[in-house]
Amino acid sequence: MTVSPAVSGSLRNRLVLTLISGAALLAILLFFAVRNYAAQVAQQGQDNILEASAASILDAAALRDGQLEIDIPYAAFSMLATPSDDRVFYAIFQDGVFISGYEDLQLAKGADDGNWTFGAGELRGERIRQVNASRTLVGLGRQTEIEVALAQTQDALAETLDQISRNAAFLGLGFFVLTAALSFWVTTATIGQLNKLTTSVTRRGPQDLSPFRKPVPKEMAPLVSSLNSLMGRLDQSLSQSEDFIAEAAHRVRTPLATVRSYAEATLQRVERKENREALRAMVRAIDESSRAAGQLLDHAMITFRADHLEREELDLVALTHELVQRLTPIAEMKDLLLSLTGEASVEYSGDPILLQNAVRNMVDNALKYAPPDSTVEINVTATPKIQISVKDSGPGFPPDEIDMLTRRFERGQNATGTIGSGLGLTIAQDVATAHGGKLVLTNQPEGGACVILSL
Amino acid sequence: MRYLIALILLLLPHVGTAEDWEDRKLFNEGAEGRPLRVISSTDTVLFAPLIEDFISRNPLISIEYLVSGTADIYERVRASPDAFDVVISSAMDLQLKLANDGFALPLDDIPAPPWAQWHNSLFAFTSEPATIVVNRTAFEDQPIPQTRQGLIEALRERPETFRGKVGTYDVRQSGLGYLFATQDARVSETYWRLMEVMGSLDVRLYCCSGDMIRDLADGTILVAYNVLGSYAAVQTEGKDALEIILPSDFQTTMMRTVMALDATQNPEAADLFVRYLVTGTAQSPETTPLPVLSQSGESEQEAIGLNPALLTYLDVLKRRKFISAWENAVIQ
Repeated sequence: MTVSPAVSGSLRNRLVLTLISGAALLAILLFFAVRNYAAQVAQQGQDNILEASAASILDAAALRDGQLEIDIPYAAFSMLATPSDDRVFYAIFQDGVFISGYEDLQLAKGADDGNWTFGAGELRGERIRQVNASRTLVGLGRQTEIEVALAQTQDALAETLDQISRNAAFLGLGFFVLTAALSFWVTTATIGQLNKLTTSVTRRGPQDLSPFRKPVPKEMAPLVSSLNSLMGRLDQSLSQSEDFIAEAAHRVRTPLATVRSYAEATLQRVERKENREALRAMVRAIDESSRAAGQLLDHAMITFRADHLEREELDLVALTHELVQRLTPIAEMKDLLLSLTGEASVEYSGDPILLQNAVRNMVDNALKYAPPDSTVEINVTATPKIQISVKDSGPGFPPDEIDMLTRRFERGQNATGTIGSGLGLTIAQDVATAHGGKLVLTNQPEGGACVILSL
Repeated sequence: MRYLIALILLLLPHVGTAEDWEDRKLFNEGAEGRPLRVISSTDTVLFAPLIEDFISRNPLISIEYLVSGTADIYERVRASPDAFDVVISSAMDLQLKLANDGFALPLDDIPAPPWAQWHNSLFAFTSEPATIVVNRTAFEDQPIPQTRQGLIEALRERPETFRGKVGTYDVRQSGLGYLFATQDARVSETYWRLMEVMGSLDVRLYCCSGDMIRDLADGTILVAYNVLGSYAAVQTEGKDALEIILPSDFQTTMMRTVMALDATQNPEAADLFVRYLVTGTAQSPETTPLPVLSQSGESEQEAIGLNPALLTYLDVLKRRKFISAWENAVIQ
C-alpha cells in the first residue's frame, strides 16, 4: 500500500524558472549596457569630427590689416560628409555679432577661449549635435573674439545606433538562449541525482533494508544517511518482530503438544458422547493452533533464509518426488491420489529447504480443498520455463479474492471450516520471490484451483 | 495720387509673377490640372527631348519649363519655394545648399548610387566636364593647346591676337562659373595665372555658356575657358572652326542635379519627374544630348563630390575673399 506524498511545487521548475529569469534579466542588462556604451562611443566619434572641423575654421581666421578674414578650409565641411548625408549648419560670430553662416543657429553659452562645449538641440525640425568654440584674435591695437557654432544632424549616428542596437539585441538573445539551455541542462543534471537515488530505492527487493553505499553528492548525504538510519531501525524492528513471532510460536507449540496428548489420552477414557465431541473439537483446535504455530515458524525461517539465500544444485523432480512420498499417507487418509507428472529430471539451483517448503504448502493447500476420491496433479516442467504446478479438482479460488490470497493471514471465503492459517500461499510466494520467480494463482476452466510456482 | 497708389497696389502682385525668364515653355498644354513647374538652368533646346519623352510616358502631366541662370534660380527658389516643384541646376554647390537648408523634398527608393545623390533629396543625372573651346583660325600655324599651361603660353605669345578675344564666366553672376572657378582654384595655382593672363587681355565676361558659345561661333572671341562641353558640342555642330578641348592636366566635371522642392503642391508628379531623370536618362542615352551619368564608379572619380564641402565657398566671408582675389586677377 503506497500513499502518494503531498506535492507542493516542483524543485525542477523552480530552479529552471529562477535561472531563466536571471538569464533574461542579465540579457536585458547586457543589451542596455552594450547599447549605451556604443552610443557613447558613436557620439564621441561625431563630437571629435565636429571639434576638428570647428578647430579648422577657427584656425583659418586671421586679422589682415585690421580686417577679419576667415578662409574656411575645404576640408572643414568635407570631413563632415557621412554615409547618411547629414545636414551641416554653422554660424560665425565676431564679438557676439553674427557675420556668416546660418543665422538661426544659436551660439550656446559658455564657449570661452579654448573651451569647447557640446550640446544637442533641434534646428529646422531635425535633431542636431552642436559644438561651440571661440578664439581671440589680436591685431594691431585691436582684439576681437571669433566664435563658431557648428552643428550636424544625427542621421548617420541614428543609423549606427540602430545597427548597434540590433547587434546588441542579438547578443542579448544569444546569451539568453545559451544560458537558458545551460540552466535546463544544469537542472536536469541536478535533479538526475535525485532520480538516481529514487531509482535505486525503487529497484530494491522487498526484503532489502541494507543501507545505501553508493556515493551521492554532498548535499544529498544527509537525506541518504537519514534514509539509511530509518531503514536500519526498520530492519531491526522487523527482525525483532520476526524473532518474537518465531520465539512465541516455538514456546506455544511445545505446550500445545503436551495439551494434545493429554486430550487424546482423556478421549480414550471418556464414555459420554457429548464429552467425546467436546474433546474431539478441542483436539482439532489444538491441531489448528499448532499448525499455525508451525507455519509461523516456517514463515520466519523462510524470511530469514530468503534474505540470505543459499543456492545449491538440485533436481526439482527428485525433490518433489520425495515430498509426494512423504505426503502420500496423509492423502490416503483423505482418499486422495497424488500424481506426479512431467520431466524426468529438472536441474535447478536454489535453496532446497525453501523450495520443498513452498511445494509442500502448495500441495497441502490442494489436499485441504480437494474433494474425496479425486486426484491432485503435481507437474514439474523445464520448458519454456521452470514451473511446478499443483492442480486439484476442488472449488477453486474465489475469483474476486484471487489477488489477495497470497497476503499474510488472508484466507478465502470458502476456507471456513478448513484448518489453515492463511500463511501457506504466502510462504510459497515468498520462496518464489526470493528465487526471482513468482507464484500464480488461477482457476482451471474445468474447475479446481491451479497454483503455479515459476522460477 | 490716389489712383496712382491704387494702380501701384493693383500692379504690385504682378511684379513678382511678371518674371523675365530666359525662356519658358509649357509642355503638354492639353493636360488638366496645375502644370509641374520645373525651374532649370538647362536650355530648353537641350532639355525638351527629355520632357517630351517623359510626357509621352505620363500623358496626364503637363510641365512648365522655366529657364534662368544658376544664381538667379537659387535666389528665386529661396525667395518663393512654393512657386516651383522641381529645380534643375548645374551649380552643384547652390543646389546642395538649397537641399542642406531644407528646401528639398526627400524622395525614397530612388536608385541612385550614394555618390550621385545627397540626403535622398538631391540627385545627379548628368556628368559634364568644363572645357576650353577655341576657334581654329586663331591657331592656324600653331599647335592647339591641350592644357591650361599651354593656353597660358599661347595667350602670352600673341597678346595682340587675343586681346579682347578671350572669354570666361563672370563668377560674380554665374553660379556654375563660380563653382568651376573655385574647384579649379582648389586644384591648381594655374587657374590664377590663367586668370591674370586673361585679365591682361581684356577678357570678356559672360553670364552663361550659351552667350559665350554664340560669341565664339560668330568670331567675337577666339578662346573660351570653362565652357560646358555639352553646350559647346550642341552649338558647334556643323561649325568646323570650333574645337572643344578637354584639358589634359586636370578636368573639372560637374554633375547636373535635380531635386523636388519640399513646398511643392504636386509631390507625386515631382517624384515621377525626378525618378524619370535619374533612371530614364540612364536607360536611354540617345534621348538626350546631355552626357548621361555613368552608373559605374567612373563618374564618381572625375566629378566634383556631392557633399557638404560644397558649402565652403558659399560662405559669405570665403566668397568675398575669393571674388576679391578673382577681381584682382581678372579686372585690371
